[in-house]
Amino acid sequence: MTPGQQRTLISAVLGTAIGASLGVGAYTFVYAKGGSYLTDNPAACANCHVMNDHYSAWLKSSHRSVAVCNDCHTPSGFIAKYATKASNGFWHSYAFTTGDFPDPLRIKPHNLDIANNACQKCHAEMTASMGIHGGSVSCVSCHQFVGHME
Amino acid sequence: MNSSPVPGRSTRFIVTLSIAATLAAVAGVALLVNILERKQEGQNPFYRVVELSDTTESPEIWGANFPQQYDDYRKTVDQVRTRYGGSEAVPKTPTDADPRSIVAQSRLEEDQRLKTLWAGYAFATDFREERGHAFMLEDQLFTERQTVAQQPGTCLHCHASVYVPYMKAGNGDLIKGFEAINKLPYQEAKNLVTHPVACIDCHDPKTMQLRITRPGFIEGIRAFKASKGVRDYDVNTMATRQELRTFVCGQCHVEYYFQGKEKRLTYPWSNGLRVDDIFQYYEEKKFKDWTHAETGADVLKAQHPEFELWNQGIHARSGVACADCHMPYKRVGALKISDHHVRSPLLNVNHACQTCHRWSEEELKSRVEIIQGRTYTMRNIAMNALMDLIRDIRMARTGGRSNESLASARAYQRQAQFYLDFIEAENSMGFHAPQEAVRILGESVNFSRLGQAALREPVAERN
Repeated sequence: MTPGQQRTLISAVLGTAIGASLGVGAYTFVYAKGGSYLTDNPAACANCHVMNDHYSAWLKSSHRSVAVCNDCHTPSGFIAKYATKASNGFWHSYAFTTGDFPDPLRIKPHNLDIANNACQKCHAEMTASMGIHGGSVSCVSCHQFVGHME
Repeated sequence: MNSSPVPGRSTRFIVTLSIAATLAAVAGVALLVNILERKQEGQNPFYRVVELSDTTESPEIWGANFPQQYDDYRKTVDQVRTRYGGSEAVPKTPTDADPRSIVAQSRLEEDQRLKTLWAGYAFATDFREERGHAFMLEDQLFTERQTVAQQPGTCLHCHASVYVPYMKAGNGDLIKGFEAINKLPYQEAKNLVTHPVACIDCHDPKTMQLRITRPGFIEGIRAFKASKGVRDYDVNTMATRQELRTFVCGQCHVEYYFQGKEKRLTYPWSNGLRVDDIFQYYEEKKFKDWTHAETGADVLKAQHPEFELWNQGIHARSGVACADCHMPYKRVGALKISDHHVRSPLLNVNHACQTCHRWSEEELKSRVEIIQGRTYTMRNIAMNALMDLIRDIRMARTGGRSNESLASARAYQRQAQFYLDFIEAENSMGFHAPQEAVRILGESVNFSRLGQAALREPVAERN
């Protein structure tokens, strides 16, 4: 095989592999309603059945009329928000595909920080005067069910 | 220099990229298939492969439609210990009378004081740690208590799947069937039943909704509600779904007695559910289970009042049902199902406790064991106090004291014994209502000591 033929063969393999993965990726994205995850619609978070209970609990919570999932579970700022969505999207897909996740679900420290900081978006006036930023006590230590029961 | 290193490097790059793209495609397909499976599971929570009717008793048939629940239900054959409860498998040589090759450990051997507590009653002959639901029928059929006492068919109410047999015996009338089978001798009635508790005992075969099938509970809860001013309470139409998630268990995990010649199973709740209300009920009815062999006192046996004690605790007050901890929800793929492997929450802390309590498993388990340890200490103090009273009455009796002069001490024994047994027979070692459990034991100690004091007072002065 001449170097030229070799390169053609390798390029064909590469092209097929990349094409297949792009194709599968695009199909999965559409099939899994990937576009909906770019919106603020809370129903999108319950595309995946694992969030059904959280979603229905939020519908009955005191915060349902003032905050959607993204208000508390993503940071402010366009880039930070979508970086968080991308990271969580990847790790959730990974965990649910492999089945390697705790039940009942447990929020990770980074996401807990995001949720905790989100309280200040609206309640800064109250929380600033309490001086409880940082440390072991967070808003959700006590108010863990304001957003949703589970 | 020729150009060979350059194509080599680019070849390696291309090969690496191809492998990465291939792996990405594999991961993408894995995700895709997973989503597909979950979507399918989410669409159909179950597949109806057989028709179930109000006469379908065999859980195996129900299991065809509900394989996950059925698999878990079958796991109640397990024998696992917790610190203060749970059964241990003890090998036994099968005999004609008792073909069991494995039984649970004897509670009488663990604590000899129980034999004195129940002297003269069948429980002093054979009393073992309860095993899982799967063994409820077998363990009742072959307990030695059957050989020392003639039991009525009433016992089957809670040791077998009786809904279909009751309906048959009553020609479609549950209560009539209940009354008919109560009156039969146990050895005859046992031929009418086949299974331990089954699906149909808690579920409507058409809708799968929870329902109450046990006449004892239907009548008992009606009497209790009447005491609260609710008239003609019909549990199957008036209870909420969350209440039913407790009531189905309360069909059997309760205090009871057999009323009158008809041996009608009765839950003594018309004054209320607290131990004091129930004791008062028995006082009003002048009911006794047996006469104590050592003291001659007319005494009562408390039986597993889990429902009553739970009702006095913080979990009941917070609206937590039996099923929330003993049959917690779990995820199976896209589905959320109740775990039908009914067992101690201590064997399933993750699902049973951590859904609400955000602490580590070790921490939660040790909190429970602290409560149980304190109850156990108090139980032993109360048991010793009662042993002292029983000994004193026995000695006074053999010393020739009159029945009249023993009456007060015997009455205290009856009360001390019932209060102690209420916690001893209850299957949570106080956890279902910690403060109430310790209060009851404290009262029991007091009754025992008052009984001893009553023996010391001359009869003339006491009157």
